[in-house]
Amino acid sequence: MYRILAREDLTPDINLFKVEAPEIARKAQAGQFVIVRSDEKGERIPLTIADWNKEEGSVAVVFMKVGTSTRKLACLNAGDNILDFVGPLGRPTEIEKFGTVACVAGGFAIATIVPIARAMKQAGNKVISIMGFRSKDLVFWEEKLDSMSDELVVTTDDGSYKRKGLVTEPLKELLQNTEVNRVIAIGPTVMMKFCSLTTRPFSVKTIVSLNPIMVDGTGMCGCCRVSVGGETKFACVDGPDFDGHQVDWDLLMSRQRAYLDEEKESVKLWDSRTSGGKSYA
Amino acid sequence: MPKKINLNRVPIPKQEAAERARNFNEVALGYSEEQAIEEANRCLQCPKPICKEGCPVNVDIPEFIKALREGDMPEAVRILKGKNSLPGVCGRVCPQEMQCEKTCVLAKKGAPIAIGRLERYVADWERTHPQTAGKQKDNYAANSSKVAVVGSGPAGLTCAADLAKMGYAVTIFEALHVAGGVLMYGIPEFRLPKTIVQGEVDYVKSLGVETKLDQVIGKIATVDELLDNGYDAVFLAPGAGAPMFLNIPGENLSNIYSANEFLTRTNLMKAYLFPEYDTPIKVGKRVAVFGGGNVAMDASRCALRLGAEEVYIIYRRSKVEMPARLEERENAEEEGVIFKLLTNPKRFIGDEQGRVKAVELYEMELGEPDESGRRRPIPKPGTEFTMDIDAAISALGTRPNPIIPSTTKGLALTKWGTVKTDEATGRTSRERIWCGGDMATGAATVISAMGAGKRAAADIDAYFKGKS
Repeated sequence: MYRILAREDLTPDINLFKVEAPEIARKAQAGQFVIVRSDEKGERIPLTIADWNKEEGSVAVVFMKVGTSTRKLACLNAGDNILDFVGPLGRPTEIEKFGTVACVAGGFAIATIVPIARAMKQAGNKVISIMGFRSKDLVFWEEKLDSMSDELVVTTDDGSYKRKGLVTEPLKELLQNTEVNRVIAIGPTVMMKFCSLTTRPFSVKTIVSLNPIMVDGTGMCGCCRVSVGGETKFACVDGPDFDGHQVDWDLLMSRQRAYLDEEKESVKLWDSRTSGGKSYA
Repeated sequence: MPKKINLNRVPIPKQEAAERARNFNEVALGYSEEQAIEEANRCLQCPKPICKEGCPVNVDIPEFIKALREGDMPEAVRILKGKNSLPGVCGRVCPQEMQCEKTCVLAKKGAPIAIGRLERYVADWERTHPQTAGKQKDNYAANSSKVAVVGSGPAGLTCAADLAKMGYAVTIFEALHVAGGVLMYGIPEFRLPKTIVQGEVDYVKSLGVETKLDQVIGKIATVDELLDNGYDAVFLAPGAGAPMFLNIPGENLSNIYSANEFLTRTNLMKAYLFPEYDTPIKVGKRVAVFGGGNVAMDASRCALRLGAEEVYIIYRRSKVEMPARLEERENAEEEGVIFKLLTNPKRFIGDEQGRVKAVELYEMELGEPDESGRRRPIPKPGTEFTMDIDAAISALGTRPNPIIPSTTKGLALTKWGTVKTDEATGRTSRERIWCGGDMATGAATVISAMGAGKRAAADIDAYFKGKS
């Protein structure tokens, strides 16, 4: 059992848990993830490590309420326990002094890009961050990312806050006007795909963090296999970071949709038992 | 007391094939007391029992059978568990026909003692008679050495139990959320009920073994960190590792599973109880399983129970070359699994959603024997045909998971990526590191992994005794 030390609601549907996991905190590096299972009947789901504190022995994860597993997690509060919390898994993001690094994140993946931006900054890079949200009420951690970036651009799809549009537009302008040595793009799959398409003509190496469905998360099952440069890779042990210009995006998206019907059925059952997911049945 | 030889092996009651193919309850129902005694009475109590030589963990077979037929069940349990910490598992999944029952003198007459079934009977009796069975209160001399065991499958549990009995302080590190390894995620409920596995895990814990779950060694701590932080020795038994795929076009389409994934979803995550349990699985109406081993049998029988209407085992050689146990092959056939032999896949075909909808197959014929001694399958040109399927499962074996080798300096590997291990002792190229089970041998049986765990425990003990 892993105790939740603190809960923070970043938006109505995006929550942060700071979890007591001293051994994981000691080893965690930017870009790695944990596998979480909320209860005996729960799925094993991967959540990216958003932060860690060795002294406190804590690991922070951020998740968005989408299916049953994240609905169950969202019912938990500080002092409650998570049944399983396994990590740190996956390979850490490659951090070195590249020169200028663009950190691009969309939606709840802001939480994932923050430790990477921090590590890139500490490695001596100039960090230019771009964060995108659907609308103003979903914006979080702007100051946090700003504090570890040399420049920060914020976009909203509907223009309700700062720049209107998608992250790919400022990304393209940046590449046109500045020499960028590496791009890190993390967010929804479609956003990572279009960031990779945007950077390709500029031949700037673009690292994406893939989020296929996983089961064990340790290389045992192959559920998370992705095609990169024509080769099958397991995102859990070979990634989750890959070269975005080599990823077969359509394959990834179709595999992510494999259980859409079952997810709907599961959520319906959960909501019917919890009157909208307010509490455990 | 010269006795007339009785060649009537007592059959084990089973669920009817048609009924069991639709449920996850145990297939073989186990002997009743009368049946067990009747079978035990056939044992000749040979003065030189060669059945024992066939057992990788050297169970005192005639002795426990004698106690059983004399009605002294606590004694039968004591004898059995003296050598085997997982008798409920072994009684169900050991290939006895290749081991103890093969060397039984009555095997020559075609009716070896059903040692496995009797073993199961004794183990199940203990589980259902916790009061009368009595706890084994051997007083193990405490030992100052600490041993870390990586993995809680058959090799890890056996090594841990034996070391605990010798007084060592043992901690098992398990990557998954329950202990048992392949006994939990791999072997299906209908062949090995999970309550039986957990009962045996509890027994190992009762010997003083500590189990730490959710610990991926190589990630949360390296093997060297274990050795630097208080453990005097490490036994590596992390299991089979990474699944192999067919390497043909289309195999990343949705609803194509490795057997590891299919079985893990089904057994460990209980996808057969979806949506009560959260993990889903998809089989559809027609399922193709590729491979001819026990895992292919397990996967195909799970697919039937998950509701598939037609399940095919597609194997490139003929039935004779199949590595699966005869009993499992028969069980699968009785339940309605269709064997498509001398057939090999060429490519998978997907629909517009990226889901598999068909597989293109071609026929094979057998040529000269290859290095494995089995006749080599050769493609027959021009025999391609297409079969519609809703799901496919690759049961082609595994290669070692690289997490531990890549984080342990100086650990010598074989060309297959397994850890170079001395078979008799479990020693590796690194001092204080032993290895056993699939990580040392590649995919093998539960009992051979247990044998490796046992030998490593003995050698770890010899190592420390030699030091002091």
